[in-house]
Amino acid sequence: MKGKVCRKDVTIMDDLLIARSLFGTTMAFHIIFATIGVGLPLMILIAELMYQKTKDLEYVVMAKRWTKAFAVLLGVGIPTGTIAGVQLSLLWPGFMEVIGRVMPLPFQIEIYAFFVEALFMSIYVYAAERIAPWMRIASLILVALGALASAVLITNVHAFQGTPAGFRYENGQFVDIDPWAAFFNPSFFVTATHVALSAYVTGAFIVASVAAFKMLRNEYGSRIYHFHQKALMISLVVGGIASFLTATNGHTAAQYLHQYQPEKLAAAEGLFETQSHAPLAIGGFTDRETETVKWGIEIPWALSFLAGNSFDTVVVGLNDFPEEWWPPLFVHTLFNAMVLIGSLLIFIAIAGLAWKKFLKKDRFPKWFLWILVTSGPLAIIAIESGWILACSGRQPWVIYRFLSTAQAATTATDLGILFILFAGVYVILGTAVVLVLLYFFRKNTVMDDIDRAEKKNVPLFSTNS
Amino acid sequence: MTDALIAITVLWGFVFIYAVMATMDFGAGFWSMIYINREKTKATNIANRYLSPTWEVTNTFIVALVVAVYSLFPTAAYTLGTILLIPGSMILLLLALRSAFLVFSNIASEYRKPLTYISGVTGIIIPGLLISVLPITHGEYLNYETGNAQLDLQQVFTSPNVYTFIVFGISSTLFLSSLLLADYSKVSNEMEAYKVYLRDAKIAGPISLIMAFCIMLTLQREALWLYNKMMEDLPLLWVSVVFFLLGGVGLFAPSFFEKGVRGMPRLAVIAVTVQYLIASYVYGKAHLPYIVYPSVTIDSAFTDPNSFRAVFITYIVGFAILFPGFIYFWSLFMHDKRYLQQKNPQEGAR
Repeated sequence: MKGKVCRKDVTIMDDLLIARSLFGTTMAFHIIFATIGVGLPLMILIAELMYQKTKDLEYVVMAKRWTKAFAVLLGVGIPTGTIAGVQLSLLWPGFMEVIGRVMPLPFQIEIYAFFVEALFMSIYVYAAERIAPWMRIASLILVALGALASAVLITNVHAFQGTPAGFRYENGQFVDIDPWAAFFNPSFFVTATHVALSAYVTGAFIVASVAAFKMLRNEYGSRIYHFHQKALMISLVVGGIASFLTATNGHTAAQYLHQYQPEKLAAAEGLFETQSHAPLAIGGFTDRETETVKWGIEIPWALSFLAGNSFDTVVVGLNDFPEEWWPPLFVHTLFNAMVLIGSLLIFIAIAGLAWKKFLKKDRFPKWFLWILVTSGPLAIIAIESGWILACSGRQPWVIYRFLSTAQAATTATDLGILFILFAGVYVILGTAVVLVLLYFFRKNTVMDDIDRAEKKNVPLFSTNS
Repeated sequence: MTDALIAITVLWGFVFIYAVMATMDFGAGFWSMIYINREKTKATNIANRYLSPTWEVTNTFIVALVVAVYSLFPTAAYTLGTILLIPGSMILLLLALRSAFLVFSNIASEYRKPLTYISGVTGIIIPGLLISVLPITHGEYLNYETGNAQLDLQQVFTSPNVYTFIVFGISSTLFLSSLLLADYSKVSNEMEAYKVYLRDAKIAGPISLIMAFCIMLTLQREALWLYNKMMEDLPLLWVSVVFFLLGGVGLFAPSFFEKGVRGMPRLAVIAVTVQYLIASYVYGKAHLPYIVYPSVTIDSAFTDPNSFRAVFITYIVGFAILFPGFIYFWSLFMHDKRYLQQKNPQEGAR
C-alpha cells in the first residue's frame, strides 16, 4: 500500500473522478445541514437562558421558532448524514477497511452522541409542555452537546486522514494497533476545534441574516422589528466571539499543516520554491506554468512568520515534492475565500456591536442590514471552501502518505447513474426544505407565536398551525 | 466464546433491534398514509403519534449497525461495501426521501396528503430492499471474475428466493407495525383505531408465516448449505411457530384482563417478537461462520484484538450512559397518558 500512487489508467481515473464527485456532492450538501445543526442548538439554548434571566417571553418564542427550523433542517440533515456514513463503505471500501481496523472509536462513540441528540431532541420538542423547565433546559443542553460531539468525532476521522497515528504497517500487516493513539492523533484537537467553532459562527450568522432581513421588511419601532433586533444582537455576540476564536485557532491549524502536511500548506499558499522569508500571497490564482500566484498581493516574509513565528522559518515549496503528490492548485483560492470571509465576519460583528453598545444607536443603517443579510450565506461559503480545501488539499491521499484515494475506491464501474440519482435527490430535498421553511414561517408569524406564549395553558412548542 | 463470536452476537443483536424498530417505523408511516382519508378512526393520528418522536432514534440504529459492521469486521465491510453498492444506494435514496418528507408532511399541514404519500410509499419499499441484503450474503449471486466479489444484479432480480425475502420483509413490516399500533391505540384509548389495526394484523400475520415457509422452500433450491443447517434446529423453528400461534391467541381471543374487549395486543406483540427472535436466531446460527458465503467468515473478517477491546468497552460504557435516556424517552412517549390520550389528537400528530 505504502507510497504507491494511483495508476494513470484513463478509465480508472474516470471512475475515481465520478466516485469523488458523488461523495463530494453528498458531503457538500450534508455539511450545510450538519453545520447549522451544530450551531443552531447553541442559539436556542442561549435564547432559553436569556428567558430564564429576563423572563421576557419573546426569548421563548425565539427558541420555539429556531427549534422548528432546526427540526425541519434535521429532516434533511439526518438522512444525508446517514447517506454519508453508509456511502463511505459503498464508495471507499478500502478506506473503511483501514478505518474499521485502526480508527473505529470516533464513529462508534459518535453513535452514542447521535442517540443523545435524537432522544433529547424529541423530548425537548414533543414533551416540552409536560416536563419541568429545568428538564427542558437540560434536554436542550444534551441536544447541543450531542450535536457538538458528533461534529467533533466525525472531524476526528478527518484529522486522522491528515495525521494518521496509532499503527504501523509492515510486510502487508497492521501491527501495534492502538485505537486510542489513533483517536488522539496529532491534529485532532486543533481540527475539531476549528470545525466546532466555525459551526457556531455559521449558526449565529444564519440567524443574523434572517433577523436583518426581517428588520428591513418591518417598520422601525414595531414589535416585530424589536423582536428581530433582539435575535440579531444575540447572534452578533455569539458570532463575533466564535469567529474571533475560529481565526486564532485557524492560525494554529495552518501551523499544523506546516509541520505535518507541508505540501498542503504549499498548495494553499501557491508556494513552489522552498525558502525562508517566504511571502504570503493573498488573492489571485496559482499558475502552474510560471509557478507563481497571478494577480495576488504579496506580503514579504509573512508566510514564514505565520508558519513558524519567525521570518527565517523555512517553508517547503511544492517543487520539493514529486508532482503526483501535489494537491490541486485551486485550493489556494479556496483557502483565501475561507480566510477572507472569516475575517470579514469578525469585522461585521464588531461593527454591529459597537454601533449598538458604544455609539448607543438603536437603528442600523439599511446598507449595514444588507451586509448582515449576506453574512449567513457567506459563512456557508466559508465552510464549504474550508472543507473542499481540507479534503482536496489532501489528494492524492485518502490517508496521508499511506493509502491513496484510488486504492481506496470501489472496484465497481458505471457510477455515473448513481451520481445523477443522488444529485437529483439532493436537488429535490434542497428545494423542498426551503419551500417548507418559507411556508411554515409565513403561516406561523412571530405575532402568532407571541400571542400563544402570552396566553397561559396554550401549548407553544407543539403547535404549528 | 471467542471474541469474533461475541462480536457477531453483538452485531446480530443490532440487526434484530433495528429490524423490529424499523418495521414499526416504516409500517407506521405506511398505515399513516393508508388511513389518511379516514379521519374518524384516528388510525393516522395514532401512527403519527408513535412516529413523530421515534423516527430519529430508529434512524440512528441503522447507522449504528453499519458502524458496527466496519468496526467489528472491517474485511467484511470491504466485501459488503463492494457488493452492496447498488442495493445500498437504492436504500439510501429512498431513505432520504422518506425521512425528509415525513418531517415535511408534519410541518406543511396544507400539503400533508401528497407529502405523506411520498414518505409512505418510499418507506414501505425500504424494508423489502433491506432484507434483500440477506439472500445476497448467501453468495449465489456473486462472481469473482475480477478477483473481487461482484454482485450479479440480473441473478438477484431473477431469483425466487430474493423475491420471497422481499415479500416477507414487507408483510412482516405490516404485521409487526399493525400489532404494535393496535397495542398503542389501546393504551391511548382509541378503540376505533384499535379495531382497524387488529384487523390488519390478522391479515398480515398469516401472509408473513406463509412467506416464511416460502423462504424455506426457495432456500432449499438456492442455498442448500444454509437450508440444511437451519433444519438442524427444526425444533426451535417449531417453537417459533408456537409463539406465532400464541400471538394469534392475543389477536382473536377475548381479553382476560378487560371485559368486553377482544384481543390482548400486548401479549400478541411480545409473542410475535419472541417468534421473530427465535427464527432469526436459527437463521443467524446457520449462517455462521460465514458473513458472505463462502469468501468471508467471522474469523477472517474480524478486526484487530486491540480495536475490538476498545470498541467493546465503548459499547458497555455508551449504553450504560444511554440506558436511563431510553427509559425516560419510553416513559414520556409510550407510557405517559398525557401524551397518549390527548384531547386534541392533532397536537400529538405534529
